[in-house]
Amino acid sequence: MSGDDNMKAAPDYEWQSICTREDLVPGSGVCALVGTEQVALFYLPGEQPQLYAVSNRDPIGHANVLSRGVLGDIDGRLVVASPLYKQHFDLLTGDCLEQQDLQVGVYDVRLDGDTVLVAV
Amino acid sequence: MSERKILVVGNGMVGHHFVESLVNARLNVSITVIGEEPRPAYDRVHLSDVFAGREPGELAMATREIYRDWGVDAHFGDPVSRIERDRKEVVTGKGRRFKYDKLILATGSYPFVPPVPGADHTRCLTYRTIDDLGQIRAKAKGSRVGVVVGGGLLGLECANALRNLGLETHVVEFAPGLMSVQLDEGGSRMLRHKVEALGVQVHTGKNTQNIDEGNAHALKMVFADGENLETDLIVFSAGIRPRDNLARETDLAVGKRGGIVIDYKCKTTDTDIFAIGECALFGGRIYGLVAPGYRMAEVVVKQLAGEEAQFQGADMSTKLKLLGVDVGSIGDFHGSAEGSMSFIFSDEREACYKRIVTSADGKLLLGAVLVGDCDGYDTLWQYYLNEIQLPLDVQCLIVPATEEAPLLGVGALPATATICSCHNVTKGDVVASVECGCCSLAEVKGKTKASTGCGGCSAMLKKLVDEELIVRGVTVDNSICEHFSHTRQELYHLARVGEIKNFDDMLAYHGRGRGCDICKPAVASIMASLWNEHILEHKHVGLQDTNDTFMANMQKDGTYSVVPRVAGGEITAEKLIVLGSVAQKYGLYTKITGGQRIDLFGASLNQLPAIWRELVEAGFETGHAYGKSLRTVKSCVGSSWCRYGVQDSVGMAILLENRYKGLRSPHKLKSAVSGCTRECAEAQSKDFGVIATENGWNLFVCGNGGMRPRHADLFATDLDDATLIRYIDRFLMFYIRTADHLQRTSVWMDSLDGGVAYLREVVIEDSLGIAAELEKQMSHIVQTYACEWKATLADPLKLNRFRQFVNSGEADSGVVFVKEREQIRPVRPEERLRLVAVTE
Ligand code: SRM
Ligand SMILES: Cc1cc2nc3c(=O)[nH]c(=O)nc-3n(C[C@H](O)[C@H](O)[C@H](O)COP(=O)(O)OP(=O)(O)OC[C@H]3O[C@@H](n4cnc5c(N)ncnc54)[C@H](O)[C@@H]3O)c2cc1C
Ligand code: SF4
Ligand code: FES
Repeated sequence: MSGDDNMKAAPDYEWQSICTREDLVPGSGVCALVGTEQVALFYLPGEQPQLYAVSNRDPIGHANVLSRGVLGDIDGRLVVASPLYKQHFDLLTGDCLEQQDLQVGVYDVRLDGDTVLVAV
Repeated sequence: MSERKILVVGNGMVGHHFVESLVNARLNVSITVIGEEPRPAYDRVHLSDVFAGREPGELAMATREIYRDWGVDAHFGDPVSRIERDRKEVVTGKGRRFKYDKLILATGSYPFVPPVPGADHTRCLTYRTIDDLGQIRAKAKGSRVGVVVGGGLLGLECANALRNLGLETHVVEFAPGLMSVQLDEGGSRMLRHKVEALGVQVHTGKNTQNIDEGNAHALKMVFADGENLETDLIVFSAGIRPRDNLARETDLAVGKRGGIVIDYKCKTTDTDIFAIGECALFGGRIYGLVAPGYRMAEVVVKQLAGEEAQFQGADMSTKLKLLGVDVGSIGDFHGSAEGSMSFIFSDEREACYKRIVTSADGKLLLGAVLVGDCDGYDTLWQYYLNEIQLPLDVQCLIVPATEEAPLLGVGALPATATICSCHNVTKGDVVASVECGCCSLAEVKGKTKASTGCGGCSAMLKKLVDEELIVRGVTVDNSICEHFSHTRQELYHLARVGEIKNFDDMLAYHGRGRGCDICKPAVASIMASLWNEHILEHKHVGLQDTNDTFMANMQKDGTYSVVPRVAGGEITAEKLIVLGSVAQKYGLYTKITGGQRIDLFGASLNQLPAIWRELVEAGFETGHAYGKSLRTVKSCVGSSWCRYGVQDSVGMAILLENRYKGLRSPHKLKSAVSGCTRECAEAQSKDFGVIATENGWNLFVCGNGGMRPRHADLFATDLDDATLIRYIDRFLMFYIRTADHLQRTSVWMDSLDGGVAYLREVVIEDSLGIAAELEKQMSHIVQTYACEWKATLADPLKLNRFRQFVNSGEADSGVVFVKEREQIRPVRPEERLRLVAVTE
């Protein structure tokens, strides 16, 4: 396991097992329900880290769709493009590239063997 | 022969250009440069860009390293203080001595500060060097008001700088108008109007008498008319004066109002001393622009190389953007030549002024002034510079776009036409550089230096380079995104020739980075056009836009619409009932679309497979409403029922729709077939449209509805069924091969050289000899068609993707419907708040 995957959770966070590697789609996203929150999980086997988690809610289109966006990089930043109006969100920081004041939530996420863990 | 010692005093723009030209001439000389400023030459012309965010370092034209590589002995920060002509030596401020065989003075000029008492205050500045910039910036901190003295070109540029620094900005000018050197009275008035509209306050006819301590601000300017103006800082930009003191002190001839006198060889009164650039006086005139200085530098280099060369004065035409206002000035715009005629256009609403001056016979352009709109500058400048005969109705050159305004395309220019006057680059030079292998604008710039001076010629240069490249079959940089420096056409060909079948290979061979939402779907579409594999194949997953991924169109709330194919708009009662009952069962909103079929809205991701299972079982296929592919072929009822119909339009529409369904293309494709000339199917607004005739079919191509409607072109008449289909096969495949990403056929047609006539040659006459290949490719696509939904339903792995949540069967709580006109629709935000309030 890589160093990145070994992130320590903040004390009041708890790692929850969400699904398995099988549920993920390489090069694309799926959505998981964590408590009442919709978390978009992106699996990029060739990257470090391999797994990214941001809120599924598109703050511009006001719908829960980010897990269904196309992944890519813009100026070296890994991003997902919203399927609604195509704004890009940074997978690591949640920042919206087109609208600086906007952000989506990011979650700590890691793979434990084949289990996907999200910190909530 | 031993090396001649060439000594250059001054390392400004012209001094540097001289050194560079001399190095390129590869003569047997040693070069020494002595500059007063602490840094090597930089681009003074673009000094103001620093206020707009450019780093001063980015202005550098040379570095110490470059000079060292060139073998140039360069010294900075130590000005020459004296020339000893008898010993052929110069002495610097620090007392160092340098010998010369030939001495080049390129000392430029300094800003003139009028002898007003108080003008030596520390808050009175000038604007010429990078160090001045720093001063202005420092003093602007904590200041509220700034005044520029001088309403000329540099003064206005400086005003813009102050404005960018956030100061309340005033321009104080002695003359009655702004920019009187470059503009006539009308133009000057219009410029003032525009500048004032930007919030810059203009005071003309003001003679500053005193600069005192202010009350509310640091300084108080007192004018001859008794008025005064308080300000926190003043920048003098009241003209330039040549730096001729070295020459003056060693008794070289200088002009009455300054300037080192030179002859047409740029020689001073000492045959071993030349002067070039803004310090030189030629024909009683100082040339305050870079281009003439560069010409002088080249003239001297040529002579050092033993060639004949003369400086013959220079064109002082200018095009600039001052405070965001376009200003252009060409030649003798005052109309001072005998018998000359003026044409003036002035539009106060649009704040635009144009004047042209022609010779008495109206054949030649002598000068022009443009304020507020410089679009015509390039054309006018070419008429002027190359003495091209004017059109009879010259006024059309300045009256705004009656569409036919005869812009002088670069194609119409002679090879001798100057394109870049800063670097004296002609059209012929540019063409030659392309012939020598330059394949991009950047390469041409590097080779010819065109457009690396004031930049005024950049639009024209780009047009010329583009045209030349296109003529040679090179496509111009229309990179589709940051990951591929190729157009869609190029990627298409690369994929076809290299038999590339997935995105990763494409990226590895021809791209960089990881791809994005522009190139991934584009490449996926190319793969589909070429190889027609299922779009949910493992390797294509992640490339598709959500609509293609889930084979449905995403709606505003994240749900999807379902559009089954109804070829030609013909549908049985049984099938209508199936659509109705599916919609009822899943609670979907139904609507007849503009494409003659039925759309079912409001399906969640996880409902899609179940809905489609029922539809496929009833014999429906996907309608590709989501794809960049064939949408619908609409039809009118035609000869079977209609009393006017002359052919079976429904039958033909169904045949065409079934033939081309699933065909992936650069953009969506639409078609229609009408049974007679009444044209009830609106075929002439389609990518390909068919209208029945007594003898067969008329084919129309490249029509468009939508945002920019285009009437289709009649392509061929009275075709039999087989020929009709053959032509459409070729037409579509040729479009798929050559169009840009997301370019509808209408736009593609407008960009085709030769237009519909060319298209006819390719498709009908097979002028490229590719018709058979196009048909073969189409036949492959037609034969490998499979309904994507049907294939998906048979593959559990693919179905796995249609889950709202990977870890829960719950529905998306964000999706809420309300009822309207007896059907559902997504809740509006304001209604959502109300609903939540009620349930809580
Ligand atoms: C459903 C429909 C409206 C309706 O309720 O009737 C429709 C709906 C949409 N149209 Fe359309 N267009 C529909 C007929 C048309 C027509 C009429 C026609 O085809 O005869 C036109 C003008 C004809 C043309 O394209 O030349 C039309 C011109 C557009 C355009 C502008 C295209 C252009 O070249 O300017 C767009 C935008 C685009 O494609 O980039 C567009 C885009 C869209 C999108 C995809 C917008 C979007 O991104 O969400 C809509 C999605 C439909 C969905 O969710 O299912 N739609 N659209 C029609 C579906 C027809 C079908 O059965 O497939
Ligand atoms: C803000 C601004 C905008 C401009 N915009 C344009 C424009 O759009 N288009 C255009 O064509 N022109 C423009 N110009 C004018 C253009 O910059 C000049 O025409 C050009 O710089 C002249 O080059 P030069 O080498 O003759 O003089 P300079 O560039 O002034 O260089 C002379 C150099 O010699 C040095 N020097 C002087 N005396 C000595 C000495 N005794 N010993 C050693 N070194 C010495 C000076 O310090 C200076 O570095 C602009 C100028 C400014 C200030
Ligand atoms: S016209 Fe606009 S709103 Fe109507 S369906 Fe087409 S894209 Fe949507
Ligand atoms: S005309 Fe100035 S850069 Fe070409």
